[in-house]
Amino acid sequence: MYRYDNYDQSIVEARVDEFRDQVQRRLTGALTEDQFKPLRLMNGLYLQLHAYMLRVAIPYGTLSGRQMRKLGEIARKYDKGYGHFTTRTNIQYNWIKLADAPDILAELAGVEMHAIQTSGNCIRNISSDQYAGVSADEVADPRPWAELLRQWSSFHPEFTYLPRKFKICVIAAEEDRAAMRLHDIGLKLVERDGAIGAEVYAGGGMGRTPMVSPQIRDFVPEDEIVSYLEACLRVYNRHGRRDNKYKARIKILVHELGVEEYKRQVEEEFAHMRTLGLNPPTEELDRIRAHFAGPDYETGLSDAIDRSDPAFALWVDRQVVAHRAPGYAIVNISLKPRGGIPGDASAEQIELVAALAEQYSLDELRVTHAQNLVLPHVRKADLYAVWQKLDEAGLAEANLDLITDIIACPGLDYCSLANARSIPLAQKLSERFAAQDRQAELGELKVKISGCINACGHHHAGHIGVLGVDRKGVENFQLSLGGSGAEDASVGQITGPGFSEDGVVDAIEKVTDLYLAERQEGERFLDTYRRIGMKPFKEAIYG
Amino acid sequence: MKILTGNDLVTGDVVWWAGDGWSRLVGDAVDVGERGDELARAEEAALRVVAPYVIDATVTDEGVRPAHIKDRIRALGPTVRPDLTLKPNDADAGNWVI
Amino acid sequence: MAEFLSFREGEAAQEPAVTVEAFTGQSNATAVRIEPGEDARELLPCLDRLALVEVNFPGFGDGRGYSAARILREAGYQGELRAVGDVLVDQIVAMRRCGFDSFRPDKPLDDAAVERALTRYADVYQKSVDGRSPVWAKRHPEKTDG
Repeated sequence: MYRYDNYDQSIVEARVDEFRDQVQRRLTGALTEDQFKPLRLMNGLYLQLHAYMLRVAIPYGTLSGRQMRKLGEIARKYDKGYGHFTTRTNIQYNWIKLADAPDILAELAGVEMHAIQTSGNCIRNISSDQYAGVSADEVADPRPWAELLRQWSSFHPEFTYLPRKFKICVIAAEEDRAAMRLHDIGLKLVERDGAIGAEVYAGGGMGRTPMVSPQIRDFVPEDEIVSYLEACLRVYNRHGRRDNKYKARIKILVHELGVEEYKRQVEEEFAHMRTLGLNPPTEELDRIRAHFAGPDYETGLSDAIDRSDPAFALWVDRQVVAHRAPGYAIVNISLKPRGGIPGDASAEQIELVAALAEQYSLDELRVTHAQNLVLPHVRKADLYAVWQKLDEAGLAEANLDLITDIIACPGLDYCSLANARSIPLAQKLSERFAAQDRQAELGELKVKISGCINACGHHHAGHIGVLGVDRKGVENFQLSLGGSGAEDASVGQITGPGFSEDGVVDAIEKVTDLYLAERQEGERFLDTYRRIGMKPFKEAIYG
Repeated sequence: MKILTGNDLVTGDVVWWAGDGWSRLVGDAVDVGERGDELARAEEAALRVVAPYVIDATVTDEGVRPAHIKDRIRALGPTVRPDLTLKPNDADAGNWVI
Repeated sequence: MAEFLSFREGEAAQEPAVTVEAFTGQSNATAVRIEPGEDARELLPCLDRLALVEVNFPGFGDGRGYSAARILREAGYQGELRAVGDVLVDQIVAMRRCGFDSFRPDKPLDDAAVERALTRYADVYQKSVDGRSPVWAKRHPEKTDG
């Protein structure tokens, strides 16, 4: 894992001092709310329905045990004993006092963490693959690139007041576990003639106008990625729309200019940028890479797993995936217990996972965009002990990628932008489909719920997506089918008129019944939908 | 009736204008008539509230009821965490927001 | 409180700035003012006759002026580069990094707050046009000149 040096540490500490000063100016009235709002947002502090909300960055979803323990401590000390893991692999605290925010940032800085640029019209937390560094199908660990870009994007002088927020994702595997093509810019590391570089995709996103990003370059060498991204951002900063916040994302620019014209302008700017010496030397990426060099795995470990406990065996089959090192496994921890709140974890659960990471996972853990956690390096021999401890803490649900592994934004229970509540719907679905055999029978089925058109719940990318809307003051839910955030990325199509909360649960049941009736050998829900199309589903729902 | 709401500047708590100050209980909210915007500006300038706004509400048997579900959720707390609402011992409190 | 701030040696330029359109259409003006939607690259052919470029920030949230400034400095412009309009102390650091060397804010700035802001960050992550050495250069002094 990356560790701060004195430079990194001094920068986050300066940030704490700066924010303390800004909060003080706000509390004494030197700053109006209009002036303070963009400043606090750029440090992840929102004013939500019930209180201030603080979003803490978890860069590329990677944490140490010590960092995770601090997140639990903050939940206990400054919040109401829990936190919410988000689809951007960050954590949010819902009950923060403005006066406490600088102290929380100081605590975070003590464990090499921050809330820098977790909101605002700037470059946000760089996201990546939760299996980075441990999956067998990657060409390189994408996290050194993500860390290089975290540093480059932090307090970037030119790109801090962009037309709109800007999200960058870096992956390096064929399987896209991070919804790379639904980001403003997606980088996929590839190998060419023995060298690693990036395929670049631009103009993806969700929100009001969902788009899957087109490729704009097939290879950027690693020692030019910074100048290439500067070119992408400069063209966006110049031409991105500022007259309408719903048309301000880069996806609209790429769409309106056309991919070819956007590419042409980026190439023109890149030709200039590459002469300016903006790229760190290769030694800098090497320095960062050294931090991510694989831990010292033990050798000679057994791959055997004692499956005599059936509940454990079920969990292993569902939550544990192959690690590249013999004798090790990747453990997925579900934050989707039956009837629970997707992504929420109590301080005790957070601290338990911190302890498990330290004891059993070489002091490392990950957060996924599906709002789950991962212990990336667990010896197979330790799986049973890990499972027992998770089970005691209510964290041993076996539902990875199944219908109850639901992504849901906080919705109208917490969020001031929301039009409808997402969580109660997720809870009802979780109860309706609770039976293990039924979930297993349905197989991979990604349900994603957003409480408003901003799509934090990724509903466009759900095999089954639900969007909450406000219909004359009453919550109403639109259903969509056929979305995907994976390497076969696509945007879901709306089925038709919306439903009440109970109505949409019933409609989803009809959709799954039809899938079971129509599917062919080996087809996931998404495959069947793509083969037979919307019509039969519409008939089943509205018939 | 028109009532005035916002959040406490320092704590972020949801607050309602109660005539002589701010209350955390929507039941204390008073009709501000046409004075809402003026009050909001004065209270915001005095650093007692952030993001104040005027909403419609009615008086029912159960007390003051904001017209929009969003403000009813603000008045109660998150419906998915009854323990953290202002009525932690009322299992049916969440139905009030619908 | 400072109504005008300069980080340049000597007198500030006094000539009133003309619009980009007026500037590119005539040859004797030496000061120009760029509005957010205007392309600073239009000025590049005539940088040598410019003594002052004002970049207007009607609202601090519109960041196009940062690009305008950096583009001019990248092209070698040495004259005064002045940020005017809704310029707040919280934006001064980024503006200095993009090459602005004078400021005429709508509302005067507190000198002590400006001083604190400008000295707060001892280190920066990016190379820009202000001559500051980014941390990657400090980490690898033998590999970079900068």
